[in-house]
Amino acid sequence: MENKIHFQYLIDGDDFTRAGEASSDIKSKLKMMNINPDAVRRVAIAMYEGEINMIIHADGGTIDVDVYPDKLTMVLKDTGPGIPDIDKAMEEGYSTAPDNIVSLGFGAGMGLPNMKRASDEMEISSVVGQGTTVTMTVLF
Amino acid sequence: MTIQELIRQDQFEIINEGSDLSREITEPFCCDLLSVAMGNAPAGCAWCTVMANMNTLAVASLTEAGCVILCMGASADDNMKMKAASEGITLLRTDRGIFETALGIYRNLHEKDQL
Ligand SMILES: Nc1ncnc2c1ncn2[C@@H]1O[C@H](COP(=O)(O)OP(=O)(O)OP(=O)(O)O)[C@@H](O)[C@H]1O
Ligand SMILES: [Mg+2]
Repeated sequence: MENKIHFQYLIDGDDFTRAGEASSDIKSKLKMMNINPDAVRRVAIAMYEGEINMIIHADGGTIDVDVYPDKLTMVLKDTGPGIPDIDKAMEEGYSTAPDNIVSLGFGAGMGLPNMKRASDEMEISSVVGQGTTVTMTVLF
Repeated sequence: MTIQELIRQDQFEIINEGSDLSREITEPFCCDLLSVAMGNAPAGCAWCTVMANMNTLAVASLTEAGCVILCMGASADDNMKMKAASEGITLLRTDRGIFETALGIYRNLHEKDQL
């Protein structure tokens, strides 16, 4: 497909102070491309939650974004511990976030449900001990 | 009530004046769990919270909150101050509790003629 623009972000799993940089960067890029504001907001929310999860629960990784004329896809890939029970992880309120992370305001167990709601399509594949890949599509 | 009008009431310590002070405040919003706020904070809200860190501002920016009010004596560190400045987010603080702060704003928005 010629008709797409690709961006890649490397997420540093150790650097909490940079958490959210990828989503805020894509937000400003999409704004400049004149994508409709609601779609921009949904992309940014979905990517932020995913980005934070890659830092808190895994060890960082990569986010690949493809922008098409009518939609955006993002693939968030980490080589963290994986998710043993995806259905359970998707439940509102389920969280394994450790105390030091909870004290930062995370750990409500709402990140994945927010990602699901913000995107039009979401798929998680995960292998325990190998990592997790979350693919999301947002239609413009 | 605009953000500017809220600031002018002199009830809050101003940590950072945001880039759009003429924005209307839609309603107070109370929440300390970031991803709950992410899913529910109304655009234009005055977000009252004790959660004072960079991630609070990231969520405020993504949800297009009108301003963030740190309550119960919570304070911003230098990183948070810098981020508020660079993102143009209005950041205020108070020693009062979350409920009291939000109630004050609610009254300002809805009960002006009864006061
Ligand atoms: N990339 C990941 N790698 C490993 N586990 C994950 C990953 N993403 C999510 N999880 C697991 O799924 C659970 C639920 O994730 P979710 O984002 O909904 O909540 P949370 O991150 O714990 O808290 P919140 O997002 O509300 O701050 C996590 O607690 C964690 O156990
Ligand atoms: Mg999460």
